[in-house]
Amino acid sequence: MLAADEWQIVALSLKVSAVAVGLTLPLAFALAWVLARSRMPGKVLLDALVHLPLVVPPVVTGWLLLLAFGANGPIGGWLERALGVTVMFRWTGAALAAAVMALPLMVRAIRLSLEAVDPRLEAAARTLGAGPWRAFATITLPLALPGVLAGAVLGFARSLGEFGATITFVSSIPGETQTLPLAIYAALQVPGGESVVTRLAAISVLLSLVALVASEVLARRAGRGAHVL
Amino acid sequence: MSFDIAVTLRRARRTIAARITSEAPVVALFGPSGAGKTTVLDMVAGLVRPDAGRIAVGGEVLFDSAGGVNLAPERRACGYVFQDLRLFPHRSVGQNLRYGEALAPVERRFMGLDEAAGFLGIGHLLDRRPRSLSGGEAQRVAIGRALLAGPRFLLLDEPVSSLDRARREEILGVIARIRDELGLPILYVTHDERELARLGAEVVQIGD
Repeated sequence: MLAADEWQIVALSLKVSAVAVGLTLPLAFALAWVLARSRMPGKVLLDALVHLPLVVPPVVTGWLLLLAFGANGPIGGWLERALGVTVMFRWTGAALAAAVMALPLMVRAIRLSLEAVDPRLEAAARTLGAGPWRAFATITLPLALPGVLAGAVLGFARSLGEFGATITFVSSIPGETQTLPLAIYAALQVPGGESVVTRLAAISVLLSLVALVASEVLARRAGRGAHVL
Repeated sequence: MSFDIAVTLRRARRTIAARITSEAPVVALFGPSGAGKTTVLDMVAGLVRPDAGRIAVGGEVLFDSAGGVNLAPERRACGYVFQDLRLFPHRSVGQNLRYGEALAPVERRFMGLDEAAGFLGIGHLLDRRPRSLSGGEAQRVAIGRALLAGPRFLLLDEPVSSLDRARREEILGVIARIRDELGLPILYVTHDERELARLGAEVVQIGD
């Protein structure tokens, strides 16, 4: 089984991923909503921007985060002065990198589920006396829930695997920013580190598998009866 | 005046115009497919905004482009039975029926769930999911859902056109009873003249 410091790596990875998804979910939902429903100009550009982390080399994303959130960066400097928060070389920075990388996947999944909700059902709810927010909460949200949950779990799994942007942005600091993939990479550099690599890799595969199965099961449970007549 | 409507709406390829002034309990919009009959109902329900005009039902102004009135759909108290029904797939029949009832102010409710279920013969369906219903059952549930929301008038969009003959007679009977026993003004869309005769509707031609 795992040694204590290996468990700590797993715990850190889970914490980073959970925070990444928790912070990103509202933003991902809002973006998905805009992309699915609004007719605003420049939607194509927004769509491209959201998907950028999916295709840009992760090292570039990490470098851009470094520029923006570094001590002298426009956002990093402000965070430091206004809130006294530093993300550089901290686990919060690892969560930020994971969040940026997971965002496109989450937006895609949620957007698909929102597009699958028939707006005519919302119109029906409105004629029955529901205001826009109530129609959203009682009709749109429950019907889109499978996709929202699937998107969250998918984002979680993607965060667990995040490597390039993280190592570029916050480096690989044991106990602070060294998540599973970074620890595996570090162990590979050490002579005789194979047994550590094997154990951590097995844990990685297992966690990903659990996340994917959970995503599927949640989606099915929430989707029961969620078929438009 | 039960219906006092004069609206125009310019669409990409055509202009939809309707002028309806009637005291009749049932007013039927009659015309070919694509003439915009459903769009007229959507305008009365507040789901589509006319370019110009005025919509008043039972003396209450719902829309008036000159006066700057445009009530939101949820404030119009219309019982809209859509052609595609639009029952909520994630809710049971009972929950569908209660959806509008729970939102209606007490003074506007004129019938409870048990009464509506009895009136429409759907009491045995309450625990079912909409997708497990037959066409006639789903149609009656949609009518029940609209009635329980305490509407001041009904919009019925081809409520029997998808049904076989026996079901058609049954639903037309229900609509006639709503007309006679509940006294709600009904705006009815069809392209079948037999239904017009059966309901004694005043006919308004839409389109050419």
